Amino acid sequence: MLDKVLFYFFAAVAVGSAVLMVTRRNVVHGAIFLITALLATAGIFLQLRAEFLFIVQIILYVGGIMVLFVFVIMLVNLDVALQQIQFARQKWVALLVALALAGQVGLMFWSSGKMPGQGLPMLTAAAAEHLPPNSEEVAKSLFSSYLLPFEIASVLLLVAMIGAVVMAKRRT
Amino acid sequence: MNAVVQATIEFLKLYWVPLLCGVAVVAILPLVAGYIVLVERKLMADMQARLGPMRVGPHGLLQPIADAVKLLIKEDIIPDNADKMVFWLAPVLSVGAALLSLAGLAIGPAFQIAQDINIGILFVVGISAMGIFGIVLGGWASNSHYSIMGALRSSAQLISYETAAGMALVSALLFTGTLNIKSIVEMQSKEGIWFVMLAPVAFFTYLVASIAETNRAPFDLPEAESELVAGYMTEFSGFRWSLYFLAEYTNMIVVAGVATTLFLGGWLRPFAHVSWLNFLDFLPTLILLAIAAYCVVRTPKQPTRVQQLFMLAVAGLCFVVGLVLLAPVILPMIKPSLASAVQPFYAGIHGGFWFILKVSLYIYFFMWLRFTIPRYRFDQLMRLGWHFLIPLSIINVLLVGIALIAGSYFGLHGWGLLLVTTPAAVIALLAALLILSAEKQRDAGHDPNAATDFYAG
Repeated sequence: MLDKVLFYFFAAVAVGSAVLMVTRRNVVHGAIFLITALLATAGIFLQLRAEFLFIVQIILYVGGIMVLFVFVIMLVNLDVALQQIQFARQKWVALLVALALAGQVGLMFWSSGKMPGQGLPMLTAAAAEHLPPNSEEVAKSLFSSYLLPFEIASVLLLVAMIGAVVMAKRRT
Repeated sequence: MNAVVQATIEFLKLYWVPLLCGVAVVAILPLVAGYIVLVERKLMADMQARLGPMRVGPHGLLQPIADAVKLLIKEDIIPDNADKMVFWLAPVLSVGAALLSLAGLAIGPAFQIAQDINIGILFVVGISAMGIFGIVLGGWASNSHYSIMGALRSSAQLISYETAAGMALVSALLFTGTLNIKSIVEMQSKEGIWFVMLAPVAFFTYLVASIAETNRAPFDLPEAESELVAGYMTEFSGFRWSLYFLAEYTNMIVVAGVATTLFLGGWLRPFAHVSWLNFLDFLPTLILLAIAAYCVVRTPKQPTRVQQLFMLAVAGLCFVVGLVLLAPVILPMIKPSLASAVQPFYAGIHGGFWFILKVSLYIYFFMWLRFTIPRYRFDQLMRLGWHFLIPLSIINVLLVGIALIAGSYFGLHGWGLLLVTTPAAVIALLAALLILSAEKQRDAGHDPNAATDFYAG
């Protein structure tokens, strides 16, 4: 019961603040709602007993990326940004992408022959002490079964980082 | 009927006990923060050959309460052009994050609000890092140039120093192989050595980075009063301002708690497994009895009757706490059969004492630095972070890792690990010297004091 209440609470907060994030004209308010959406998602992770994912979501997205976002927003002149028309150019592209995504999800439900939420594997909650240690399991799977994707992602990030440094250097 | 009672008790245990503990901590913390401020003012006065607050209560002992009352009844001013909602939200966010992160810390083996979470130390560090939004949003919402400069400085500073602090934590975590706070302290108890001895360079890095993260002098650029009035807090007054203040001091307790848990053995007594040092168990009682005796001696010198009574009350409190601390040590000596029954009390009470003592010493060191070292300039601060601390901490992680592999190859444990970690620390120090001399050579080309781009790092 409590689980369900919490889930619907977090889900409602996540969806609601996501909608508010794109509709607010004030960029800083948008950033605040994005933070709320990310936090609510982290809450859902925690409910799924994915503690490690929960804290990584908070440290990386909320504590890292969003701080940088807000930092950049503060350097931008907001009054100028408010005058500009938002959502102008990519309206049709965005609609197309959204429709494609909806079609994909719908196709998945149609091909499995089930309605959303029906027949999903509903596991009964295990006691916390019987769960495998979360961060250890993540580390093990990252460094054994998923080593190659992990390394590819690392190289990709490294390339992006070096690229950023090179671009920053050129100006001076 | 019995089953219902059982279920009720289970429910209460699961949800209400942590909640009550949380409420107790939140209720006590403002008082603790107030007294930390008093200690800080007294210490500053002592170092500057003054007396500090003396009027309210004997030796100013009631000053924090007077300050709190003053802050609560002050007028609450919100600037006209401020973004009201964000202005309202920001201090709450700051103090909420700081208080929430306290939940993860273990004061004794049994006293931890969020018990035994697998991600332990990450929870504390991650949640406390969220407090930055309070500062940044508060600075932005004030709609004032000083505030926004302070907020910008603060976010740049936090991002820079978080990397170094995180790397320092990683070096220590390599020894434990777990993030669980309780297991980290138990590991130090098992090895019989604190990690500060095994990873001194990491401790140093964390110390410096934690000062920067809590915006304390010499790194208090976000609120540098000589340049920015009060930085991000400029437009805040009364209760909102005191929330920021509470957040700052709570953050100090949090970083001190993390350092204590990870490097200074948490709730363990110094050299917990050396039996001829067992007399250290009497130290807490002796300290408290000495304070009580001092208060009694000083009582006749107090000018008014109220102050004399207050002094006696402090003495009585110290006396009682001292006796409580003494009981679990002395009882097994009189009646050995009680030893196992008393053990949990001993671990809990004495563990709490040592933990709080270590945290206080760490905070004392912060204050000491504040009154000794002049403030950094912002570009110096950025350079110290990016050019010195981050390379040093990354090198240190590598060296500690190599030392650990060598240690397991030779089958070393406990104090034996010093054989491999000391050379690693020495190499890390040499690397630090190398980095510094390279910096100097780079600076030799151009004037180091020339004005530079503040936010370029």
